[in-house]
Amino acid sequence: MHVSLRADTLCVHDDNEASVTVPGAIRAVLDDDVRWQTSRMNRSPRIENAGVGAWLVRLFDMIEEQNLPWVMALARECEQTFGVALIDLVPSYTTLLVQYDPLRMSPDQARGLLQQLVSALAVTDDGGDSPVRELPVWYDPSVGPELLVLAEGKGLSVTSLIELHTAPVYQVFALGFAPGFAFMGSVDPELRAPRLATPRKRVYPGSVAIAGSQTSAYPAASPGGWNLIGRTPTVLFDRNREQMSYFQVGDKVRMVSVSKDEFLRLGGDTTPQEADG
Amino acid sequence: MAHVSGFETLRSGPLASLQDAGRFGVRHLGITQGGAVDLHAWAWANWLVANPWGAPALEITFGGLQLKAMEDLYLAISGADLGAEIDGEPPPPWSAFMMRSGQVLEFKAPRSGLRAYLAVFGGFQAEPVLGSCSGVVREGLGGHDGQGRQLAVGDRLQVRREAIENTPCNRAVPEIEKLDYTGLAELEFVLGAQAGEFSGVSLFEFFNRQWEVDSRSDRMGIRLQGPALKCAISNMVSEGLALGAVQVPPDGQPIVLMNDRQTIGGYPRLGTLPPLACSRLAQCQPGSEVSFRPVSLERAHRDYIEFVRRFQ
Repeated sequence: MHVSLRADTLCVHDDNEASVTVPGAIRAVLDDDVRWQTSRMNRSPRIENAGVGAWLVRLFDMIEEQNLPWVMALARECEQTFGVALIDLVPSYTTLLVQYDPLRMSPDQARGLLQQLVSALAVTDDGGDSPVRELPVWYDPSVGPELLVLAEGKGLSVTSLIELHTAPVYQVFALGFAPGFAFMGSVDPELRAPRLATPRKRVYPGSVAIAGSQTSAYPAASPGGWNLIGRTPTVLFDRNREQMSYFQVGDKVRMVSVSKDEFLRLGGDTTPQEADG
Repeated sequence: MAHVSGFETLRSGPLASLQDAGRFGVRHLGITQGGAVDLHAWAWANWLVANPWGAPALEITFGGLQLKAMEDLYLAISGADLGAEIDGEPPPPWSAFMMRSGQVLEFKAPRSGLRAYLAVFGGFQAEPVLGSCSGVVREGLGGHDGQGRQLAVGDRLQVRREAIENTPCNRAVPEIEKLDYTGLAELEFVLGAQAGEFSGVSLFEFFNRQWEVDSRSDRMGIRLQGPALKCAISNMVSEGLALGAVQVPPDGQPIVLMNDRQTIGGYPRLGTLPPLACSRLAQCQPGSEVSFRPVSLERAHRDYIEFVRRFQ
């Protein structure tokens, strides 16, 4: 049974404190939802309850490349305005999670600040001038077992698959999953492929991979369910570097195909990724 | 160089690692929060030996650990009852006491709760990595060796030497704070923005059923078993995840995201557990039951700052 709940059909029978709190909280959520539905047309952002010390600012409802400068602009504004009360920021495709210090700010104060920032938000730089970073990739079945699988499944030669993967300038939409793991998009529609049904227990560091419309490279050995097509010699996360992560959200990236010799010269590890690994 | 002393590990269990309040300011790089999953017990252990908020303490999960004191140490144990013994005698729970050089402290197996905290006067000495000593095995960060490795046989835990001729403090934890982790855990819960996307029946069941803690639970997340929750959103764009977020994957079984969670995720969220509810949940053994009680964000905020201010 699936009962749909609407803001005008809420009725709770009970005689304890929760019988007042639950409908109140649900009502607030639903009212907020109605406001969002009506404001979605003019893309008015929404500030969502994410628990103690956190608000999630929803700036967009769909992934689009032009979202990124807005998310990053809000992140910069938060850094300046929240000052020492700012704990963490997690930018992603359409949202910014803002974690603040509850000892320095009440939820209302934090939300009020965010409302101000969001309503005055302006993007001066559309990111058009930021340099494109090049990521060397050795495309080879020994380190990218899905290279041949994908090519065969898509009816492409390996050469044209590599051309399709190296052609776009990708954007880093988010970092997550593991330190320095960059979610980049968007992959050419011809190359899109679902995650593996069974994730590998161990993916080699540097493995370059595709999942859906996204591409990435694994900074460290980890379990992983993406389609592996090659490997980069570039160290993607090093906590001793000033910029620990090679990629930052907002970066523009192009993959560059390199030979095995070049891969080795750049310090790459050619240990094969066992196909059943 | 300051003299260091401490413990030597004679036997290691499933997981023991140093944890402080967590690693902050790095979430945008994909680095997890870490930190004591039971903030409540962790804070009281440090308080008992007069350590400031944020000092690392040893988080012992499940037991199976033997530590030998390399010299006289003043320490405190809080949290789960893991059948601790010092040379065969149980130390006083939720209290500070003296352990003599050469004595062996053993944590056997859980009797109540899952995680015990061991704090020592002077504090454990470890190199902060990205601002925190919290050990995260998956990321290879923090802990006693800075590499995130869990405690293994032969490992030393260094302790800052302090003059302990004068017993540093005579503190007693209020009885009401010495939690008993047996029985149903009633957890406070703050409804989130996507709650309206869940079916009315699902909302009803979430608050009116008892949920069983799944054995597939760890420092990343705690899974719950019960009626499948239905949500109108199926495919979501990944977004930042806060501590205690309750996400509901397609199988309808909620997962509470804990300290070592991934920084972003793409499942719909029903809401968030306040920090102290996360603490209580962290002590729930697999198979035990929890229920949820809604609380307003303002109330959860007040309770949390009241708790932290007792220690600062």
